[in-house]
Amino acid sequence: MSEASTVGQVESSKQPLLSLLNDLVGKTGFTPKSVFQTFVLPLIGVCAFLLIWSAAAQKIDTSLGKFPGPAVVWEQFGSLYDEHVTEREKAEAFYERQEKRNAARMEKDPDYIPKTRAYTGKETFLDQIGTSLVTVMSGFLLAAMVAIPLGIAIGLNKTLSAAVNPVIQIFKPVSPLAWLPLVTMVVSAVYVSPDPLVAKSFLNSMITVMLCCLWPMVINTSVGVSSLDNDLVNVSRVLKLSAIKHVQKIVLPASVPMIFTGMRLSLGVAWMVLIAAEMLAQNPGLGKFVWDEFQNGSSNSLARIMVAVIVIGVIGFGLDRTMLSIQRYASWDKSKSSH
Amino acid sequence: MSTLLDISHIDMVFETPKGPFTALQGVDLKIAEGEFVSLIGHSGCGKSTVLNIVAGLLQATSGGVILNGKEVSEPGPERAVVFQNHSLLPWLTAYQNVELAVKQVFGRTKSKSEIKEWIEYNLQLVHMDHAMHKRPDEISGGMKQRVGIARALAMQPEILLMDEPFGALDALTRAHMQDSLMEIQQELNNTVIMITHDVDEAVLLSDRIVMMSNGPAATVGEILEINLERPRGRLELAQDPEYTRLRSEVLKFLYEKQRKVESLIKNKDSTVSKRSQQNVAA
Repeated sequence: MSEASTVGQVESSKQPLLSLLNDLVGKTGFTPKSVFQTFVLPLIGVCAFLLIWSAAAQKIDTSLGKFPGPAVVWEQFGSLYDEHVTEREKAEAFYERQEKRNAARMEKDPDYIPKTRAYTGKETFLDQIGTSLVTVMSGFLLAAMVAIPLGIAIGLNKTLSAAVNPVIQIFKPVSPLAWLPLVTMVVSAVYVSPDPLVAKSFLNSMITVMLCCLWPMVINTSVGVSSLDNDLVNVSRVLKLSAIKHVQKIVLPASVPMIFTGMRLSLGVAWMVLIAAEMLAQNPGLGKFVWDEFQNGSSNSLARIMVAVIVIGVIGFGLDRTMLSIQRYASWDKSKSSH
Repeated sequence: MSTLLDISHIDMVFETPKGPFTALQGVDLKIAEGEFVSLIGHSGCGKSTVLNIVAGLLQATSGGVILNGKEVSEPGPERAVVFQNHSLLPWLTAYQNVELAVKQVFGRTKSKSEIKEWIEYNLQLVHMDHAMHKRPDEISGGMKQRVGIARALAMQPEILLMDEPFGALDALTRAHMQDSLMEIQQELNNTVIMITHDVDEAVLLSDRIVMMSNGPAATVGEILEINLERPRGRLELAQDPEYTRLRSEVLKFLYEKQRKVESLIKNKDSTVSKRSQQNVAA
């Protein structure tokens, strides 16, 4: 009797929680078991990792002090954000002063053409995150613009495929970092402009990202296109679809799942490569932040690098999830994009 | 009745790694307007090859196909094909699948509302109007094939080519589809070539059954006229002595005269050549 009543209590105390959860997510179907699997188990995993980390951190002594544990790293999250806020305040103050100064001179001398100068303070952690994200996205999009049409052409045309294949196969396994010196030299030789639209360092990083995004996208797109069901090709032939309509109505939709697989793969690689490229070339971004902190060698450096490591991981995860959501939205084949 | 389609002296030779393989030799067939002709034969006898040549998807090595006085040299919507595995575009709904065909064929001659009406009419014809905004993965195999037929009919073809249209369906669905097809035929009186290996299906639906001999170098073996009164009902026919006679004629051809000896150890040559032939045909 007492057993039955406790079970009943547990059930009733769980029920409101479950229904709250179902309301929050906007769908029904959370059972105690699925809650355990989707929320409780991951939480346990993270806690275990934090425990092992902090235990191990205390045992490691480096020349810069103890290896940072979770608590110290968490502190650095806060201080990096504070630094960002102070830097922004400084910048605002600078612009305000500049404006006042210009206004004052204009009053004295109406002919004076006011000069505005950009604030040249140091880039904060948040600025570096922004730079890296912009770089990776622009390199990725540029690669997609080249790779997807190229992949479609290769997939459709066996002659072209045979001609291009050796080049792709040889360049595919090359680490894009090997390209970096070449890219740097070519960019500084070719991209000469007194008033550059974007910084050279940005261009270097972006082209490196683009080079590593290119191959997975070209290969996956061409495989997707060439594995097009022959019956669908016949449908297109019976309907006498023009070449453009054939690509638009049959080829492209049929290979969307594979194209997205390629895009997801290359975005993942691109994010990893970008950080390394920024470290290597001292181009602005998260990689430079890590390298600067390493060179800086203050007692906080390791904790700050650890912050960067976690942020890099979280952003990489976020990019992958975003691609997955876009893929699910854009693709007709829901079965191939479930994970 | 005038001849609509003239298949004359078709030879088909496939190049295989083991040398040339003659799939068809001297296939001759004339089909009149409004006639329903079935091609029947053992698997691998080149039925599909004949159909694909008429469709223009394959080019005969020698001989030719003349439709309405014009030689067939490439595929076209006036020879609509109903494929064996429906071949609907999986990312489009039933309506959109038919729409793609209708827009391609009547995009210039019909107005927007006429196009819509025509699509809906054709889907109604195959009893798919209740599910026309569903995608192929949301409907059953029989329904998919209905949409495939609607797409072909919507092109208003001069001749309808059906490649084992009900081969992948279960027996009950198949019977249902055959009844539907007879109903549609009653209304539209299309010229149809249908490939089948179902003897009952052939006798039930056809005006003529073309029985093909076994390959290699397959050709037209015998032609059987089916003069059963239309509309035909499968229950009444089951007791009809003429139906039974026709049925046993086909069976005799297939299992006595053109008996296919399939040894348990498959002849490597024939499987290889068949596969390459299917690859070309597919």
